[in-house]
Amino acid sequence: MPGITREEVAHLARLARLELKDEELEHFAGQLDDIIGAVAAVSDVADEDVPPTSHPLPLTNVMREDVVRPSLTPQQALSGAPAHEQQRFMVPQILGEES
Amino acid sequence: MTVTELVSYEDALASYEPVMGLEVHVELGTETKMFCGCSTGLGADANSQTCPTCLGLPGALPVVNAEGVRSAVRIGLALHCEIAEWCRFARKNYFYPDMPKNFQTSQYDEPIAFDGYLDVQLEDGEVFRVEIERAHMEEDTGKSTHIGGATGRIHGASHSLLDYNRAGIPLIEIVTKPIVGAGDRAPEVAKAYVAELRELIKALGVSEARMEMGQMRCDVNLSLRPHGAEKFGTRSETKNVNSLRSVERAARFEIQRHAAVLDAGGTIVQETRHFHEDDGSTTSGRVKEEAEDYRYFPEPDLVPVAPPREWVEELRGTLPELPRERRNRLREEWGISEHEMESVLNAGAVGPIVATVEAGAPSDQARKWWMGELARRANEDGVDLEALPITPEQVARVCALVAEGSLNDKLARQTIEGVLAGEGTPDEVVEKRGLKVVSDEGALGTAVDEAIAGNPDVAEKIKGGKVAAAGALVGAVMKATRGQADAARVRELILEKLGVEG
Repeated sequence: MPGITREEVAHLARLARLELKDEELEHFAGQLDDIIGAVAAVSDVADEDVPPTSHPLPLTNVMREDVVRPSLTPQQALSGAPAHEQQRFMVPQILGEES
Repeated sequence: MTVTELVSYEDALASYEPVMGLEVHVELGTETKMFCGCSTGLGADANSQTCPTCLGLPGALPVVNAEGVRSAVRIGLALHCEIAEWCRFARKNYFYPDMPKNFQTSQYDEPIAFDGYLDVQLEDGEVFRVEIERAHMEEDTGKSTHIGGATGRIHGASHSLLDYNRAGIPLIEIVTKPIVGAGDRAPEVAKAYVAELRELIKALGVSEARMEMGQMRCDVNLSLRPHGAEKFGTRSETKNVNSLRSVERAARFEIQRHAAVLDAGGTIVQETRHFHEDDGSTTSGRVKEEAEDYRYFPEPDLVPVAPPREWVEELRGTLPELPRERRNRLREEWGISEHEMESVLNAGAVGPIVATVEAGAPSDQARKWWMGELARRANEDGVDLEALPITPEQVARVCALVAEGSLNDKLARQTIEGVLAGEGTPDEVVEKRGLKVVSDEGALGTAVDEAIAGNPDVAEKIKGGKVAAAGALVGAVMKATRGQADAARVRELILEKLGVEG
């Protein structure tokens, strides 16, 4: 049984705003399926006595005080932007999100 | 877009029962963002309050703001919620340029607070309990400006500009359980709930909760089901309804729109809708992504938050008196009706009156000035009462001057005018404008004699027992003294001189 279908890959690509050609969908579906299959091996090993882990360190409550620290300058912040205008990050037309 | 003919509100309620869910986002008033030390100060230059963490640059790691967690726990406790013993942050993945990370750090199935309630009081005094599903921590998004389209709308825009100063500011999202049983009062309950929540947030001091500034934003989820039906209908989610009045209007509009669609045999589409302030209508937005499309997963860069029980109890001890309880206590102390209290509340006068009473004024006097002269003035100037250039202490001083007989009502009003005009303290204004009541008995006696001599017919009536006629003579004396006499004393003198018992 496949871990992921071609349709699911197409759906994920849409959510990630990636345009994939048919042969790419085919290609990635196969690769992702292999990856999911490999990761699924963990579930076979882990029994009920092994709780799910989201973090490798047994830590809780790591926090900082609410004290302002220096920010980047706008110039520094924008230095990696492909395009900017009026000291703001410029992004292409956003479609299909709002009428 | 098809325009639906609305069903009248009464007809809609005759056929269906509304079920609401309210989601309120509160921007916390912390100094720094939720996961980095960037300032949250308003009005800063675009992109001057960002860092590698809130810009989502590779390798940057978030650290939780302790004050954000503290505020979340206090909000949860004030809403009678249980506080999680252990909970995690989660990534809500979506591709939209308002979040440079391509995900929002939020909480998913482990909110920090859950299962609470908030009692809200409707205008006629009826108390309605709104159950709280959860309150969780997350972060705000950046601010987009759409260029090239009509009036800044995204539609038709050629490109958009992003300012990430707001990205990462702590938000608490408070979600109600489905609100059922409000019937035709559902819109009113929605408004009262948001109003009460805002008061609560302000009383906790965790945010100024100014809706017009976007510090508090409400989404109204609404569905209808036929009377007697068990199953909820499909809901619509009206986003960013940002004033109390709009919350009520949006709920009302959606009830009428849903009823129209259902009556015509149509089905409601689960979608987000946009609210329009100008005419109170909503229009279709995007079809809602399914929760699974957000591919939530535990945030691997943050460790769990596990509020120790003793700390939670310590925070419980910092909770203020709940706004509704405080209002009811004050209402009883002041001896006024629900309706009068409602007016005081709507005028934003609770704080000033309390402060004036604390400064020594009787509550009826404090209320009289703040709800009368000062409310009128604030209204004219379009400012809040608290922004007027007069302090509660100064109002209390004016009340004291009236009580000791140094000022009458008219002079007190002039004194307040002087203070508002920046002429100084009440005592300074009285001094500069020469507003003291004429208490010189000799001068007053002369004025009374003149008034009697000038109105012999009135004096005869009074002598004949028509004591009420004395008002005309009091008026004459007040006029002669340019209002600076104590009217009660003038009346006494008139009756005395005419040999009549008051």
